[in-house]
Amino acid sequence: MSTTEKVGESVATYVDQRVGSNRFLGRSLKKVFPDHWSFMLGEIALYSFIIVLLTGVFLTLFYKPSMVEVVYDGSYVPLKGVMMSEAYASTLDISFDVRGGLLIRQMHHWAALLFIAAMSVHMFRVFFTGAFRKPREFNWVIGISLITLGLGAGFSGYSLPDDLLSGTGLQIARGIVQAIPIVGTWGAFLLFDGEFPGTEFISRLYGVHILLIPGLILALVTVHLMMVWTQKHTQFPGPGRTNDNVVGYPLMPIYMAKAGGFFFVVFGVTALIGGLVSINPIWIFGPYTPDQVGAGSQPDWYIGWLDGALRIFPNIETVLFGYTISWNIFIPSVIVPGIVFTVAALYPFLEAWVTGDKRDHNLLNRPRNAPTRTGIGVMAITFYFLLFIGGGNDIIAITFDLSINAIIWFLRIAVIVLPPIAFLVTRRICIGLQRRDREKMLHGYESGRILRLPHGEFIEVHEPLSLKERAVLESAIESYRAPLPAPEKVDANGVANKHYRRDMIRYKLSRWFYADDIVPPTRQEIEAGQAHVSHDAALEAPLHEYDEDETVMVPFHGGVLHTAGEPATNREQLEERGGNL
Amino acid sequence: MKGLVARRRNPIVASMLLLAALLGVGGVYAVATTAAPAEAVATSDQTAIDEGKRLYLEGCSSCHGLNAQGTSNGPTLIGVGAAAVHFQVSTGRMPMAAPAAQAPEKPTDYTEEEVSQMAAYIASLGPGPAIPTAEQLDYSDADIAEGGVLFRINCAQCHQAAGGGGALTNGKYAPSLMEATPQEIYEAMLTGPQNMPVFGDGTLTVEDKQAIIAYVMDLQEAPSPGGLALGRLGPVSEGLFLWAGVMAAFVGIAVWIGIKAR
Repeated sequence: MSTTEKVGESVATYVDQRVGSNRFLGRSLKKVFPDHWSFMLGEIALYSFIIVLLTGVFLTLFYKPSMVEVVYDGSYVPLKGVMMSEAYASTLDISFDVRGGLLIRQMHHWAALLFIAAMSVHMFRVFFTGAFRKPREFNWVIGISLITLGLGAGFSGYSLPDDLLSGTGLQIARGIVQAIPIVGTWGAFLLFDGEFPGTEFISRLYGVHILLIPGLILALVTVHLMMVWTQKHTQFPGPGRTNDNVVGYPLMPIYMAKAGGFFFVVFGVTALIGGLVSINPIWIFGPYTPDQVGAGSQPDWYIGWLDGALRIFPNIETVLFGYTISWNIFIPSVIVPGIVFTVAALYPFLEAWVTGDKRDHNLLNRPRNAPTRTGIGVMAITFYFLLFIGGGNDIIAITFDLSINAIIWFLRIAVIVLPPIAFLVTRRICIGLQRRDREKMLHGYESGRILRLPHGEFIEVHEPLSLKERAVLESAIESYRAPLPAPEKVDANGVANKHYRRDMIRYKLSRWFYADDIVPPTRQEIEAGQAHVSHDAALEAPLHEYDEDETVMVPFHGGVLHTAGEPATNREQLEERGGNL
Repeated sequence: MKGLVARRRNPIVASMLLLAALLGVGGVYAVATTAAPAEAVATSDQTAIDEGKRLYLEGCSSCHGLNAQGTSNGPTLIGVGAAAVHFQVSTGRMPMAAPAAQAPEKPTDYTEEEVSQMAAYIASLGPGPAIPTAEQLDYSDADIAEGGVLFRINCAQCHQAAGGGGALTNGKYAPSLMEATPQEIYEAMLTGPQNMPVFGDGTLTVEDKQAIIAYVMDLQEAPSPGGLALGRLGPVSEGLFLWAGVMAAFVGIAVWIGIKAR
């Protein structure tokens, strides 16, 4: 029994003697998790969420969710005597008059931004490695729900201080609700209890922000982790790793130490940033009044892409039976995010349908081995990023001395043109990498050692792959799938295919998804190729003892040594040997 | 009298007469010299205007016209007042280096004296806002909080809540106020340079202007209570810091922990 196993055992025994949980814990604490740095990205999200919860509890002790007008009498002089809502005044108090309040408030805000950023990066990892494939589709959907809830949590929290910036954000949110045809106006009245801004909204938002959304997030995070637990974590291909095993370290003590340590690192860095770097200085923005707006008003980064969509969308509206439909608001801020989130949530099911892949996948894809999916991912990120730029167009204009109109027009075109280009380029890069992998599997890797043959030719010595690299590259065999066969109009028994048109679409999509993938060599071919390379590499040694006087015919990878005094080209040599090296 | 006549040839008389003459000449001279400055001001005013006109013809007239009547390249300057000239020239905005959406601030080539000469010349063409006096610029008694309210109502929608400046359409912009002096702010409100509206004394009283100046000066000087201010640009720079700084650091740490486990 190794030391690590002993530690796990003793902890389990200790708890069992008190709770009688040995059967559960004995198994669980020794549960094995695969190891890779990218598997810790989700942990950043989890830890920042814990920080948000802890700091949030502190803030609720001092924050007053009330829109009652008060005269500020705190210690921030530039606002002394100014009329403001109690919500804003109490946020100022947290910032200036509550001991440690500003630190906690800044930690809360930074951790909230980090929460969504970490979820995004975690999502990228899951997407590009195909970890969402069967049997983990539901967990992907939960993940998308968590991101959506994260946006809601962030936006509701951003709005609570009732400062000029957040009020501007709420004003936009109200405009978006109003832009929904038919029900918009009434929806806005419902949300704000009448005209904007009213007196109810902050207290309503408060309940959503501190109870509803955190509760939902907590519940979904629990389900998310339980599913990882029961379904077991995916792993990257490597030596000894198959679709049916999990190679890694036990939870206790290795993973507990790593994850626990990482939690303290995340907490520490967030505390450091909360103490050193200013975020959302609401005292500069001033209290919200609907007749004011500041230049450079932006939402937090995760809403930025929606603001960008709103900013760059052309000014289109129609008047129908005397009612205005604001497409310029409705499309970018309701339709576009609706499509984005729906497609994101359904992606695992769409891909499974298109590819007809019904196998369980516990071994991750290397992104290059799914070129179309990787291309789609980069396309989505490009689309998102361009809209994100749009959200900061005024800051970019003034910082880089550009015309804001030029930026808007660039983005209007780029948001349509650049994502497909990104898709094609990424897909081509992946296919190129697949080709190189194929070369490596068949001919070993280029060692970088250049050899000069006696007749003057230079060749590079190829070496066989290491066991680990070979295992990684050979995962291409598992990843590769041929496109679906073309559907038949009539089957062998003469029965007409009722779903012919649907099958045809699926067939075409499947071809689009897979057709350009490089067919990986078979295991036999790889075996032969590697053996050949090993053989050639071994032949390098006698070469150093090459004797000018003797006739040596040493076949060599990439060239053939020739008879002394008889210069010959490779082609001549090959012909002489009947094309056989 | 007899005594006086009798003593007129007294040797002391010559000295007395000399003294009296000296006093007389000195007195007249003293009176004459005290009267002289009044005359001198009048003449130097005219000199300043003449000198200002010379500078104007050299540096400004190609766009604003030989008589400041304006051309297709520049507006008329008749009636813009000394304050406008001082603001535009002392901040280097005028003369423009090249045609652009807006005249950028740059180091000026004119001395303070030359600027006031040009201001005098333009002021002589028609009545306009004068350069604010030291009394008008004294904001020491102004209410900062009131200035903040006025700033958010009147200024923040272009200059941004923190006075960091903001973009306008087609490459125009409201510049940052972080380097602006009280005089520049006052003159800008008074004359409405470039795309800025005029905030005359009827719109914002002298006290209002002083309050706004006091608030902007506070924005310039006040330390950032929350730590590193990130340019006070709001969520854009915060988001950039989060991704390029914090998130990148955490990914780096995750990689590091991943490596250590092997």
